[in-house]
Amino acid sequence: MAGLHRTNGGGRIDRKKRLSFTFDGKSYEGVAGDTLASALLANGVHLVGRSYKYHRPRGILSAGAEEPNALVAVDRGDGRSAPNLRATQVELYDGLVAESQNRWPSLAYDVGAVNGLFSPLLAAGFYYKTFMGPRLLGSNWAWHKIYEPLIRRAAGLGKAPTQPDPDRYANGFAHCDVLVVGAGPAGLAAALAAAESGARVILCDEQAELGGSLLSEWSIEIDGVPAAAWLAEAVRTLAASPRVTLLPRTQAFGYFAQNFVALAERLTDHLAKPEPSAPRERLWQVRAKHVVLATGAIERPVVFPDNDRPGIMLADAARTYVNRYGVRCGSRAVVVAACDSGYATALDLRRAGVDVAMIVDPRPSGGSAVSGAVKAAGIAVETGATVIATRGRQRVSAVQIGRATSGTWVRCDHVLMTGGWTPSVHLFSQSRGKLAWDEAAQAFLPASVAPGQSQRSVGACRGAFGIAAALEDGFAAGGEAVGWAARARDFKVASDVADFSGVLGASNPGAHESKAFVDFQHDVTVRDLKLAAQEGFRSIEHVKRYTTTGMATDQGKTSNLNALAIVADHLGKPVPAVGLTTFRQPYTPVTFGTIAGASRGDLFDPVRRTPCDGWAQAVGAVFEDVGAWKRARHFPEGSEDMHAAVARECRIVRSAVGMFDASTLGKIEVVGPDAAEFLERLYINPFQKLGVGRCRYGVLLNEAGFIIDDGVIGRIAADRFHVTTTTGGAARVLNMMEDYAQTEFPELKVWLTSTTEQWAVIAVQGPKAREVLAPLVEGVDLDATAFPHMSVKAGRICDVDARIFRVSFTGELGFEINVPADYGAAVWEAVWREVQKHGGCAYGTESMHVLRAEKGFIIVGQETDGTVTPDDVGLGWAIGKSKRDFVGLRSLSRPDIVRSGRKQLVGLLTADPKLVLEEGAQVTAEAKPRVGTPALGHVTSAYWSAKLGRSIALALVADGRARIGARLNIPMPSGDVSVDVVAPVFLDPKGERLNG
Amino acid sequence: MLLIHCPYCRMARPESEFRYGGEAHVVRPAEPANVSDADWAAFLYMRANPKGIHAERWRHVHGCGRFFNALRNTVTDQILRTYPAGTPQPALDAHAEDGR
Repeated sequence: MAGLHRTNGGGRIDRKKRLSFTFDGKSYEGVAGDTLASALLANGVHLVGRSYKYHRPRGILSAGAEEPNALVAVDRGDGRSAPNLRATQVELYDGLVAESQNRWPSLAYDVGAVNGLFSPLLAAGFYYKTFMGPRLLGSNWAWHKIYEPLIRRAAGLGKAPTQPDPDRYANGFAHCDVLVVGAGPAGLAAALAAAESGARVILCDEQAELGGSLLSEWSIEIDGVPAAAWLAEAVRTLAASPRVTLLPRTQAFGYFAQNFVALAERLTDHLAKPEPSAPRERLWQVRAKHVVLATGAIERPVVFPDNDRPGIMLADAARTYVNRYGVRCGSRAVVVAACDSGYATALDLRRAGVDVAMIVDPRPSGGSAVSGAVKAAGIAVETGATVIATRGRQRVSAVQIGRATSGTWVRCDHVLMTGGWTPSVHLFSQSRGKLAWDEAAQAFLPASVAPGQSQRSVGACRGAFGIAAALEDGFAAGGEAVGWAARARDFKVASDVADFSGVLGASNPGAHESKAFVDFQHDVTVRDLKLAAQEGFRSIEHVKRYTTTGMATDQGKTSNLNALAIVADHLGKPVPAVGLTTFRQPYTPVTFGTIAGASRGDLFDPVRRTPCDGWAQAVGAVFEDVGAWKRARHFPEGSEDMHAAVARECRIVRSAVGMFDASTLGKIEVVGPDAAEFLERLYINPFQKLGVGRCRYGVLLNEAGFIIDDGVIGRIAADRFHVTTTTGGAARVLNMMEDYAQTEFPELKVWLTSTTEQWAVIAVQGPKAREVLAPLVEGVDLDATAFPHMSVKAGRICDVDARIFRVSFTGELGFEINVPADYGAAVWEAVWREVQKHGGCAYGTESMHVLRAEKGFIIVGQETDGTVTPDDVGLGWAIGKSKRDFVGLRSLSRPDIVRSGRKQLVGLLTADPKLVLEEGAQVTAEAKPRVGTPALGHVTSAYWSAKLGRSIALALVADGRARIGARLNIPMPSGDVSVDVVAPVFLDPKGERLNG
Repeated sequence: MLLIHCPYCRMARPESEFRYGGEAHVVRPAEPANVSDADWAAFLYMRANPKGIHAERWRHVHGCGRFFNALRNTVTDQILRTYPAGTPQPALDAHAEDGR
């Protein structure tokens, strides 16, 4: 028999299918259908964990998702390690390896338990009170360096796996007429009703089997058949319907606007040998016309001193263990029942052969309906009393039953408690529905559905307790969801519990409150909550953060309402006046894998590669990321480092010729009879009079007058412009153009098309550029007078239609060849062959930066930062002087823009020519400025110039142009650097090199 | 994820197809040169930040590409109405916030 404590028959397990597993290295046996928790209990194992703060021994409290104590790590090897799993939800498989957490060196002997001796120090807010000094090294030094690391090591929950997750995760979108969350009696009835109408239905439930509480029913009959038979028939009916999707092992964890619900489906964690290629979990994103929430209710613990010893558990959990899993949680039980459902538990346990020593009912008059049956069974009932103390080191051995401080000790090996039931309104609340306190139910219940949601809560989660009520409520809601007006169905349920009311808060106020636990996982006691109230915390949201109640991985599923009642009682206020903490997603923890899905590794983010990328990779280029693009940064030869490669590339471009992949430049085709007028209104430059075949360097501002983009614009025809943008600005500029075209200037006839990916762009720059292109082009006269600087020609190169620009971002004679992207690689290689003949090279983005800096050409985003005007960077000349309006013009006369003292672009030359400044370094007037001295500006670009044989830098400096000739300072940690301010053009200020 | 009704495509599409575009009905002066510094600063920077109904611009950037306007309740994050750019802000009837 797999486990000493297994019953001989009944339940939903297969006693013949034995499964072996280990817990903390020790081997045990369970059976098919077990959870890890039920299998451990079948082996008499109650001690499964240590509490977070005091390291007190803890046992299995519940049988479901609300479990606060029994957190385990399951390791499947190869990095497949999952911490903080609730043993009550881990399905047993053959060979399962589980470990307890938060204990050292072992579960039975944990040195951290010494914390219990210091518990007065660890009361509510202990983080804030205890670990404050010394302040010798800054206010929080001691906390960050000493206390926090120590506490984290001592109090951490499970260990996160360190290896990459080897599993695959799937992702699905689904639409349906009715999504039913929860497959207990209410959810099943709702799904049956909705399915009958032919609607598309999704029914999900976090458990392996559909049925909810019906899985644990032993004696109840529905419509004349046992609950198990009714359940089997209901599931058969639903499974047979082609328009119904059943999703067991699927937790609805998030409910968002407009009936958008996120589900996490566990696919392989329950299998001993999952298919290696199968996804482990699947994220469902469901958009439902209607949602039926049938999320049930969670049993509340009774708050009494030392109520956390292993063996003390929720009553209905024990009923589930005995009825569903055939496991007796002990041989002699005391039932603490503040709710009639506890009496039913006592009867089921008695039937299974457990000796029920006594039912203790804190309610003065005790239970009503079933108490007769209990008395008939000969079980002693003590009303108006509670447990006032318990004994037992690693397992409860006796409880003292009485009133106030006196009572008699009763020997037992497990204690089953029920304080009543808390409706699970988590998802309803996530959907922004409003809750209202229901005095009769002593619970917060759904009151009004949020706008935009179409939804009903049914069954216990809206206070309709009992199986008959749940079935009828669910059936009506399922019908309503598909448009049936009031089509009800009666369900005949025999021996149903009628009254599910209970008690809230401490069952024996005033006695040993420092050991009466409310939040088991975070070790929050009655005393902590009262202390918070005494210290002036009034809102439950503040009490929560101060005491950490409800903030553990279980999010206070078993504790929140008791905590609320205790605070309300202490403040002398009604419960709803203290408030309710916010319910947030996820309902239970969701793996990062499920959320990430396929978006990781190479698939994390799209990568953009140019048509010439393959060539660059083949020759060993070093790449850098520019937005989503991969750009060749430099092309090292032999053992060159970047410095050497860039120096060589720059030298060759200046002396012979270099080629550069400029395909990433943003390109927009602006077409239409009003295309010139449109560009005139957007850019600072004049475009109306730009001749066909000519280019202009365009600068784009925002309405505030600041530079946001630049690029060369060529006029291809009277009504057609080829606009280039910065690599990073392409999408932003197109969006801005569309905005103005659609909303500000809708009267202009202009159409915009992104052509960034349609053109491959090859820049050929250097004195030999013309010789390189000459043998390749057809129908294009490259002669300097026929094809002057800043012009564009359509022609053919390598038998491919091309747009050839004569432009230069290096200061050398240069061309930029645009060919259809599909031909980019072939044309690149043809140009490369010619370049080699002239001793040329390919150069990357780093050399491109150096070459343009030598000429003082700005890079938007490097010399500009969104607060820089054209005049600030010396581009005032580009503004069309006769223009009455363009985007940003009005702002250029704002007081702050025309004031003196604005930062202006200048060049800096270090006194030591070998020293390259750091970009971003501050510029000051004095050497060794006093702390607090404002900087005059900052270095925007700094490079080693091989051509000039020295370092160069560009900087934005207050009144910079007036300081040319002055000496300024760059204070650095290694000492001040003195620099001479010069004009921001270091090479060929007259531009003669452009002619080749 | 919100569903947003595009008034040009005439269908509800997921939020990820759209991009927010700031407050609607901010009119660019026809003759900026004639606008005072204070009025121009207001045009540039001063925006409504209501608790409640907000008229705002959206672009169906991964769809038809058109800009349009929406009335959104900033408290409930509900989009109550969408309408083409360039048309005046519509009045909301009493039942606009009841649901879909």
